[in-house]
Amino acid sequence: MKLVVLGLVALGAAIAANYGRDLAYQVHAIIIMLTAAGVFVWTLRRWDEPAPVHNPAEYLDGPIRAGAIATAFWGAVGFLVGVYIAFQLAFPVLNIEWAQGYTNFGRLRPLHTSAVIFAFGGNALIATSLYVVQRTSAARLFGGNLAWFVFWGYQLFIVLAATGYLLGATQSKEYAEPEWYTDIWLTIIWVAYLVVFLGTIVKRREPHIYVANWFYLSFIVTIAMLHIVNNLSIPVSVFGSKSVQVFAGVQDAMTQWWYGHNAVGFFLTAGFLGMMYYFVPKQAERPVFSYKLSIIHFWALIFLYIWAGPHHLHYTALPDWAGTLGMVFSVVLWMPSWGGMINGLMTLSGAWDKLRTDPIIRMMVISIGFYGMSTFEGPMMSIRAVNSLSHYTDWTIGHVHSGALGWNGMITFGALYFLVPKLWNRPRLYSLSLVNWHFWLATIGIVLYAASMWVTGIMEGLMWREVDAQGFLVNSFADTVAAKFPMYVVRAIGGTLFLTGALIMCYNLWMTVKGQPKTSDEPAMVPAE
Amino acid sequence: MDTYSFLRQLADSWVLLALFAFFIGCVIWAFRPGSRKVHRDTAEIPFRNEDQPMKPEEMRP
Repeated sequence: MKLVVLGLVALGAAIAANYGRDLAYQVHAIIIMLTAAGVFVWTLRRWDEPAPVHNPAEYLDGPIRAGAIATAFWGAVGFLVGVYIAFQLAFPVLNIEWAQGYTNFGRLRPLHTSAVIFAFGGNALIATSLYVVQRTSAARLFGGNLAWFVFWGYQLFIVLAATGYLLGATQSKEYAEPEWYTDIWLTIIWVAYLVVFLGTIVKRREPHIYVANWFYLSFIVTIAMLHIVNNLSIPVSVFGSKSVQVFAGVQDAMTQWWYGHNAVGFFLTAGFLGMMYYFVPKQAERPVFSYKLSIIHFWALIFLYIWAGPHHLHYTALPDWAGTLGMVFSVVLWMPSWGGMINGLMTLSGAWDKLRTDPIIRMMVISIGFYGMSTFEGPMMSIRAVNSLSHYTDWTIGHVHSGALGWNGMITFGALYFLVPKLWNRPRLYSLSLVNWHFWLATIGIVLYAASMWVTGIMEGLMWREVDAQGFLVNSFADTVAAKFPMYVVRAIGGTLFLTGALIMCYNLWMTVKGQPKTSDEPAMVPAE
Repeated sequence: MDTYSFLRQLADSWVLLALFAFFIGCVIWAFRPGSRKVHRDTAEIPFRNEDQPMKPEEMRP
């Protein structure tokens, strides 16, 4: 049965590659054909091997190990592309002439954003959520090999999305660029992910559902809803990558930013808060500061975030009332965000000395600090008057990066440092001083990045609106571009420092696994019940 | 009344009230008497069952 499906998929992809109307579609059809054929051969060769046993008295950690590797790998790739496009902005000659149309800024930029958000962040979320849900439910993952399907299916989605951007398959929706067939594939993966996660919660052996799982679950469910609504499109041809959106005009813009802002709210915030509520208490070795506060944090966050999207569309065709609604909810959102930040930080109360001795805790604490900072900056920028200065400038990019590098990046690094020794049964990390190096390189990198973007963003906003005594604009657009050059160089240097830190982490994690023997007290095989 | 105006009015009256009431209900539920013991126990979950799932005979109601 499985072989028949795989064979048909490979055959169908081969036909699609033959009839494909554009290069991206043909390349994708060939990728799908080769993948299906590869899995076909692999399945066939293991035909007489016994099916893997799923012992309910053990945790299923294989997909999580794979996810940890994928997180580190895609992180390095995503940061590298980011550094490259930062240098492209400073030195346009890096838009290489012979690769024009494939590796210029416009094609690489979505590759960077999707690589860091969906490949690095997504793999981190999937891996940690599957780790956390097993430990806090005290039960093995539901669905057996379905978790492996989620892992490999998600990697295929990343490859399809990334190659599509370079070859020009995009529906031009920020953070939702992949075309229709890639979207359909992601929907299948996501439903499987939901089944694995929810199934594990349903068969949990702890009476209560730990708060981290609430955050992870809201992330999975909301992303499914956002993804489906924002990608309602009709393909021009089944043999082409181009599709047409169902919504038009301001409705389409509003749907896009309802999606876009809640991707920030539920992918980059709720999901990573799930990480915070598990890994910070674990690393600090004390329970979360206030469990009541965490419940209020959860409900307040999900009730407020969903309305904040319209603040991306101030001074557009969107009605003023919708903009005001988005603005008000964004400002109110400050409260639960800071409640959560206080809850995370105060978990360390009575263990503050660990900040001095444990660089992993330091990483987690600075990530919560950046969470607090960017959730203060965000509501401020959503206020219409501030937005009139900040919108379309580099201030927005600085804000996004202090959140993404500071909060998402740092908490993920902390979680990886925590997870890798545990997952591979190693006594400890290879080197704590390398963690320290990573910490300082990353922190200085973010500070350079955010500070240069504040300066260039506010400067740019002021230059755009500057008028002379007669009411004429003083600066042309090219003037602002020229004035930004030094800040662009500083930004690229900051990014390079951050990338260097991540590469040090990859080396450190590699040596943790390869350079140390397994601990002797490996959990013994437990007989099936 | 056209659909837009109807939905608009419904959203900023009854639905707003319902969502707000649900949220207040969640907060009150978190502070209900006896919740402290439950929450203290739930907050300890990450420190149990680190290496292997709970055995069926250890399960509590």
